[in-house]
Amino acid sequence: MPEMALSDLKVLDLTHGISGPYCTKLLGDYGADVIKIERPGSGDYARQIGPFPKDVPHPEKSGTFLHLNTNKRSVTLDLSTESGRDVALKLARRADIVVESFRPGVMADFGLDYPILNGENSALVVTSISNFGQTGPYRDWRASELIFYGMGGELYSTGLADREPIKMGADVGLYQAGSVAAFATLSASFSAREAGQGEHIDISIMETQAGSIDRRMSMLLAYQYNGELSGRSADGPNGLGGYPSGVYPCADGYFQITSGTRYFPRIVKMLGEPEEFLDPKWHTPEAQSDPELEAEFDAFFYPWLMARTKYQIWEAARSANVLSGPLNTMEDIANDQVFQSRGAFSNVDHPEAGDFAYPGRPFIMEHSPWSIRRPAPRLGEHTDEALSESGYTADDISRFREKRVV
Amino acid sequence: MTGHRSDTSSKTDARKLPLSGIRVLDMTVVWAGPYCTTLLADMGAEIIRVESIQTMGAATRAPFARPSQFFIDSMPPFVGAMPGREAGNRPWNRHPLFNAHARNKKSMTVDLLRPEGLDIFKRMVTISDVLVENNPTETMEKLGISYKELREINPRFIMLRMPAYGNEGPYQNHRSLGVHIEGVIGHTLMRGYADMDPSSNTNVYMADAAAGVGGAMAVATALNYRRRSGKGQLVELSQAENALPYLGAAFMDYSMNNRNASTLGNRHPTAIQGVYPCAEDDTWIAVTIFDERDWELFCQAIGNPVWMSDARFANHASRRANHDALDGMITEWSRSQGHRHAMEILQSHGVAAGAVLDQKDASEDPQYTARAMFEEAFQEDLGTYSYPRAPFKMSRSPVKIDRGPVRLGEDNEYVYKTLLKLSDADYDRLVESGHIGMDYAPHVK
Repeated sequence: MPEMALSDLKVLDLTHGISGPYCTKLLGDYGADVIKIERPGSGDYARQIGPFPKDVPHPEKSGTFLHLNTNKRSVTLDLSTESGRDVALKLARRADIVVESFRPGVMADFGLDYPILNGENSALVVTSISNFGQTGPYRDWRASELIFYGMGGELYSTGLADREPIKMGADVGLYQAGSVAAFATLSASFSAREAGQGEHIDISIMETQAGSIDRRMSMLLAYQYNGELSGRSADGPNGLGGYPSGVYPCADGYFQITSGTRYFPRIVKMLGEPEEFLDPKWHTPEAQSDPELEAEFDAFFYPWLMARTKYQIWEAARSANVLSGPLNTMEDIANDQVFQSRGAFSNVDHPEAGDFAYPGRPFIMEHSPWSIRRPAPRLGEHTDEALSESGYTADDISRFREKRVV
Repeated sequence: MTGHRSDTSSKTDARKLPLSGIRVLDMTVVWAGPYCTTLLADMGAEIIRVESIQTMGAATRAPFARPSQFFIDSMPPFVGAMPGREAGNRPWNRHPLFNAHARNKKSMTVDLLRPEGLDIFKRMVTISDVLVENNPTETMEKLGISYKELREINPRFIMLRMPAYGNEGPYQNHRSLGVHIEGVIGHTLMRGYADMDPSSNTNVYMADAAAGVGGAMAVATALNYRRRSGKGQLVELSQAENALPYLGAAFMDYSMNNRNASTLGNRHPTAIQGVYPCAEDDTWIAVTIFDERDWELFCQAIGNPVWMSDARFANHASRRANHDALDGMITEWSRSQGHRHAMEILQSHGVAAGAVLDQKDASEDPQYTARAMFEEAFQEDLGTYSYPRAPFKMSRSPVKIDRGPVRLGEDNEYVYKTLLKLSDADYDRLVESGHIGMDYAPHVK
């Protein structure tokens, strides 16, 4: 009985940064054998992205890199050399999956584009992750997390009407692209296995935003159906209309609620059914868009919130099925007893960076669990090991090393 | 209209989709769960939504089964922009809220609150591979559906549960949308205007998008395990835990340095970055200047104005230190530019820049046109419209929108007569008893 769900898959990982490494991390954390190719000398540029312990930059201590590269083995390889290319082709011959995130055209420059890889190993699934895709007029354009959200996602409608559009936090769009790539890649490996014929998957990060359920698809459809644009909220942060909805202050921070329309009775229940809100005037469809009633409600609600902590409010909300949650800091969540007792975080000991808590498993499998079998690799840590597995002798490897191929 | 039939595949293509032959029972609600089954459907799984004409959740197909015109007019576009803002005969088949994720799926109706309904459901389990649900934990318990029992019926059966926080423990029945889950895991305090209070934050649903694709990945992973072992299993995806890795750098910063991330607004940790207003009302250009070389390219692109030689902008560090002043100067330039024009100029000089595309801009965008990001699909209660397609392109697997957004109960005949082999008389009896239908019962609001 296999212990891990994906332990039959060998992945050759030519990615760097965030999207590609998150894709291969998902595969690796559920069991795939991932060999990560890094440029000799500097390696994946994520090694330069923080955070670093005590804010001291070090290529083996980047929090971003450590998080994204668990369960991978690092091989340094200069793909622009003839021998480097030969090694990559040899590794690709025994792989099931290749994932790459170079600018479109770079793999062809290396002599490693899909037709060549397919010629070496017809069952190979090759996934390319790029800014805008492998084709089209924007193919060679540059981008950033902000730009992906602006062109692909719903930056336009996020924020307040009298202000500039405002992005989401950190790099969440880049992670989403990596996750989409992982699903597409794993799915394609099923037909590759069945048909003995792989394929090339073209992931455009822009399209992973355009095809996202984070409002974009529904808002694009609202335009298609009725020519309606979805802009930023003109009536404050509520956005969906109705009250109470949005982020509210409370005794120890902030608390977010979605209500309005048919959910108002749940709010009344959460508040302990105070007599004034049993009046039928609150329970007509029109009541939820009446500014005077809203002001009257707020006059009651704000003091009620300020007398309670965010977790006290959350408990009251739970007992009344109110859609809601506290706004936590990372400290709050890392120390939350419920998350801790579920094993939501995973401690990983790295020989150079040290022992820290990392985000844990995205999903729990009853029989084939997620696990961290090894911390993120040091640059080139597994070059000798992986090359000798591929049939290279110690002499070959030292020759490569002299020529700075590895 | 910018619809295009995908030209990479055709009906005569004998190639199969990767998940063809996998049948998924879909008891998902709102966005996270349905997006999971949308992605599975794109890959060829047969998705059968298990719905009821006796009850209706408020945030999946529509807020109300029979909304008043007053209510229809008050809904935001992404929920209620039905063609013409008209309810039609079956408004529940017409909302953008639902239809955006309802491509390539089937729908059956059955009332699971009655014993014969539950029996029908269990018969479906014997001939299916996967169940996906994302309800509060207690919902399945109340219906009397447990994986323990389903596994006995079908040992190869996979069940994916996608609760907000987890299927056990004190948070198991907290009601949350993606936006609330993001508050709990720290995202909400990491986004929004840096000069405003967090209560100015408007809703985003990153956690739904994350859970949808994470759930699809979970099903694919469990299928790979089943192929190798012959065994199904229970998979639990806590939407909060699934989205937390997306905030990995911030989590690691707390682990390493006890630091709590706060919002940077539109700024970048190391680059010069902003969203700048353009010539026409409410048009914007997003720009990221990563380093010294980008700055030189940017200067060339906007014509080397005099202010660029200001000592405050002499190097990357000083530009970062004077970001506000620099934003003011960039705005002077951007205000005279069309947003698409600004993007073209900057990109042609090699600078990372993107027009902030509203929904109309996106629908007409040349990149989407070139890559057929929209595909036309027909649905009887709507007609033909363009829909965004799957977020991946594959060279061999014929991924496409084969079928428009599924109507309530559209596939009852197929499910009951073809799959479950019910006689016409039995089928009619289930119609009469309110299990089978394409219209919500009159008592459903």
